[in-house]
Amino acid sequence: MPDSAIVERSGIGGVIGSNGGSSGGHENGRGGELGASHTPQRAYVTGMLIALSGVAMFFMALISAAVVRKGSPSGDWRPLLVSGWLARILWLNTAVLVASSITLLHARSRARASDEAGFRLWWIVTSALGICFLAGQLLAWRQLVSAGLYLATNPSSSFFYLITAAHGVHLAGGIIALFVVVFRPARRMAQGTAVEIASMYWHAMDAIWIFLFFFLISGGRS
Amino acid sequence: MSTSPHPVYTPPQAPSGFWRRYIFSTDHKVIGLQYYFLALAAVTVGMVLSLLMRYHLAWPRGYVPFVQSGIMRPEQYLALMTMHGTIMVFFVLTTAPLGAFGNYFLPIQIGAPDMAFPRLNMMSFWLTLVAFGCMLSAFAVQGGAPISGWTAYPPLSGLGSITGPGEGLGQTMWIVSIGIFCFASLLASINFISTTIEMRAPGMHLMRMPLTVWAWFVTAVMSLLAFGALLAALIMLILDRSAGTSFFIPYGLVVNGELQVGRSGGWPLLWEHLFWFFGHPEVYIAILPGMGITSHIISNFSRKPVFGYRAMAGTLCAIGFLGFLLWGHHMFVSGMNPYSSLAFSALTLSIGVPSAVKTFNWLGTMWGGKIHFDTPMLFSIGFVSFFVTGGLSGIFLAQPALDNMLHATYYVVAHFHLVMAVAAIFGIFSATYYWFPKMFGRMMNETLGKVHFWLTFVGAYCIFMPMHFVGLYGGIRRYSDFTGADYLAALQPLHVFMTIAAFATASAQLIFFYNFFKSLASGAKAPENPWRATTLEWAIASPPPLDNFAGNFPHVFRGPYEYSVPGAREDFSPQHLPPSDVAGAAEGAPSA
Repeated sequence: MPDSAIVERSGIGGVIGSNGGSSGGHENGRGGELGASHTPQRAYVTGMLIALSGVAMFFMALISAAVVRKGSPSGDWRPLLVSGWLARILWLNTAVLVASSITLLHARSRARASDEAGFRLWWIVTSALGICFLAGQLLAWRQLVSAGLYLATNPSSSFFYLITAAHGVHLAGGIIALFVVVFRPARRMAQGTAVEIASMYWHAMDAIWIFLFFFLISGGRS
Repeated sequence: MSTSPHPVYTPPQAPSGFWRRYIFSTDHKVIGLQYYFLALAAVTVGMVLSLLMRYHLAWPRGYVPFVQSGIMRPEQYLALMTMHGTIMVFFVLTTAPLGAFGNYFLPIQIGAPDMAFPRLNMMSFWLTLVAFGCMLSAFAVQGGAPISGWTAYPPLSGLGSITGPGEGLGQTMWIVSIGIFCFASLLASINFISTTIEMRAPGMHLMRMPLTVWAWFVTAVMSLLAFGALLAALIMLILDRSAGTSFFIPYGLVVNGELQVGRSGGWPLLWEHLFWFFGHPEVYIAILPGMGITSHIISNFSRKPVFGYRAMAGTLCAIGFLGFLLWGHHMFVSGMNPYSSLAFSALTLSIGVPSAVKTFNWLGTMWGGKIHFDTPMLFSIGFVSFFVTGGLSGIFLAQPALDNMLHATYYVVAHFHLVMAVAAIFGIFSATYYWFPKMFGRMMNETLGKVHFWLTFVGAYCIFMPMHFVGLYGGIRRYSDFTGADYLAALQPLHVFMTIAAFATASAQLIFFYNFFKSLASGAKAPENPWRATTLEWAIASPPPLDNFAGNFPHVFRGPYEYSVPGAREDFSPQHLPPSDVAGAAEGAPSA
C-alpha cells in the first residue's frame, strides 16, 4: 500500500466514519477469504474495544486476587515497600510510558497534517519509549532481586512480579503491533484503521499501567 | 430476494485445494463444522469415560477394560471423572452450541457473508483443537490424567505429583490445555460480538434478530468476561506448582506424611472464588445457546410467533448479567463468610425469575399453536422438560441450610447433569436435526430421529432421577465404591439401575450416529426451506454458497418469528421478503 494511504485515511473523520469495507482500495483478500473484504473498517475498532474489555477483566482478576490474598487469614502478607531506587525507577518508567502516549498523539496529528515523515518519526519514537519502559521494568526487577525479593519470597513480591510481567507481555505485544503498522501494512485493513486500533491498544496499556502503578505503590503504605 | 446496493459484486469462489478449502479454511461454515466434529469426537470420549465410571460404581470389583490389571483403583476413577467433566464442559458444551452452531449460523442469520475476522476465527478453532490434543495427551504422560476434578481445587492441584498420580505432568497438561482453550474462547468471543454489532444486514435491528443470535451474543459477552478471569487463575496455579509461590497453597501443609516447606500461607478459597467467577458463567455459556435454539424451534414448529419476544431477549441479558453475581453458591460449605452466603443465596434464587419467564414463554408459544412434532421440536420440548426438572432442584441447592446437607452428594450431580448437561445436549441435538438440511443439503431420517429422542429422553431421566435419591440418602460424589459403608451399600441396586440406564442411553446414541452419517451420505435431498421457516438461513441454498447469499445480500423487513400472520399469503412471512411479497391474495405468483 502506498505510504500516502496513511495520510489519507488517518484521523477521526477518515477512519471511524469510513465504511470503506466493501469499497475499493484493498481487494487484496485472497480467494476464499471473502469475509475480510466485507468487514467494515469500524468493525476493527469495535473488535479492539471488545478485546480491551477482555484484557481489562484479566487485570481486574489479578488485582482482586491480590486484594483478597492480602486479606488472607494467615496474615503472611508483608507489604512490598516501594521506596528508594525502586520508587525512582518506577516513577521514571511511568513518566516514559505517559510520554509515549503523548508522542503517539503527536504522530497521529502529524499524519492528519499530511506529514508522512513526521508520522513515521514520532511513531517510531513511541515504540522506542515503549522499549525503554520495558527495560526500566527489568531494572526494577533487578532492584527487587538485589534486595533479596524473589517471585516466591512473599505474596506481595509474587503479585508484584506477576502483575508487572503480565503488563509487560501485553505492552511487548503493543510494541510489535506498532512496528507491524509502520513496516508491514495490513492487506485487509485500511492503514488508517491499523493506526487507529494500534493507538487505542497503546493508550489502553498506558492507562492500565497507571492504574497498576498506583495499586502497586500504595500496597506498601496501608 | 431483494438486493442491497453492491453494484459490481461477483460471488467469490472457494479455494480449490483440499487443504485451503476444508482444513485451513477461513469460511465460517467450514469452521463451524470443524467445531461440530471436534465436539462429536469429544462427546464420544467423554461418554466412554462416563460409562466406565458407571460400570465401576455398579460393579466395583468387575473387570474394567483399558485399565491396568482390570480392576479400577480409586485414583483411576478420579482421573476418569476429572477428564469426563473437563472434556464435556469445555470441549462439548462450550464448543458445540457456540463454536459450531454460532459460527455456522450467526453470520447467516444476520445477513453477513462471514464473521468479521475470518482469520481470527480460524485461529480460534485451531487453538481449541490444540487444547483438546493437549488434554487427551494427559492420559499418556507419566502418572496419567489428573485427579483433581474439572474444578482443579488446590492444594490438591497445586503441589505436583506428591498429591497423587496424575497430579504431576498430567495436571500441568490440564492447566496448559485449559489456558489455550481460554485464549481461543476469548478470540472467538471478540469475533462473535463484533460480528453481531457491525455485520448486520440493512433492516436487521436488534429487535429483529432471531433469539438464537441474541443467545450467542450474550454467551459471547459472558465468555469474554469469564475466560479472562480463569486465565489469570491458571497462571497463578501454575506458578504455585512450578515456581514455589503461595497464592493458593497454605502454610504448614502436610501431604502424604510430608511437610510442604516454603509456603507462606496461601488461600485455597481464593482459587475457588476465581474459578467459580468463571465457572458459574460457564454454566450459562453452555445453556444459553440452547435456550435460543429452543425459542427459535418452538416458534417455528408451533407456527406461532415467540410469546413475548422482547421478554425473551431481555431475560437472556438478565440471565447473562445475574450469572456473574452468584458464583458463591458453589462455595456455601467452603468456610466463606455466612453473610456472603446469604447474599449469594438471594441472588441465586432471583435468577429463577428470568428462568421462569423463559419457561412460561416457551409454553405460551406452544399454547394454541398448530404444533408439528418433528424431531427438532421433540428435542426442544425435551430441553424445556430437563431445564425445568434440573432447575427445580437448583432452588433447593440455592439455600445454604439445605446445601450444607446436599453439597458434595449425588443430589448436586443429578441437578447439574439435568440442567446443564442433558438440557444443553438436547439443545445441541435439536439444532442438529433442525439445521442438518441446511448444513449438508440432505434430510435426516425422521423415524430414527424420533426413536433416538424417546430412548434418550426416557433414558436420561432413568439415569438422573434415581440419582437425586442417592444424594438425599447421603451418597457422596467422587467416591468410587459405596459397598464399604452399610448405609450406602443399601443403595447399590439403584446404582445398578442407573448404570444399566446409562448403557442403554449411550447405545441409543448409536442410532443418532447411524442416522447422522447415513443421512450425510444418502439422505433425501433437502429443499431450501424444509421447515417453512422465516429466518434468513432458509432463504438461501442448502448447503449455502461460499458468501452465503450468492451476492444477493438481503434487506430485512420484519421480525424473525412472523408465523400465521393474519392476511399473509403463507403461514410464515420470511424476514427478507418485501411487504408486497407476503401480503394479500394467495393467487399471486410465488416470490423468490
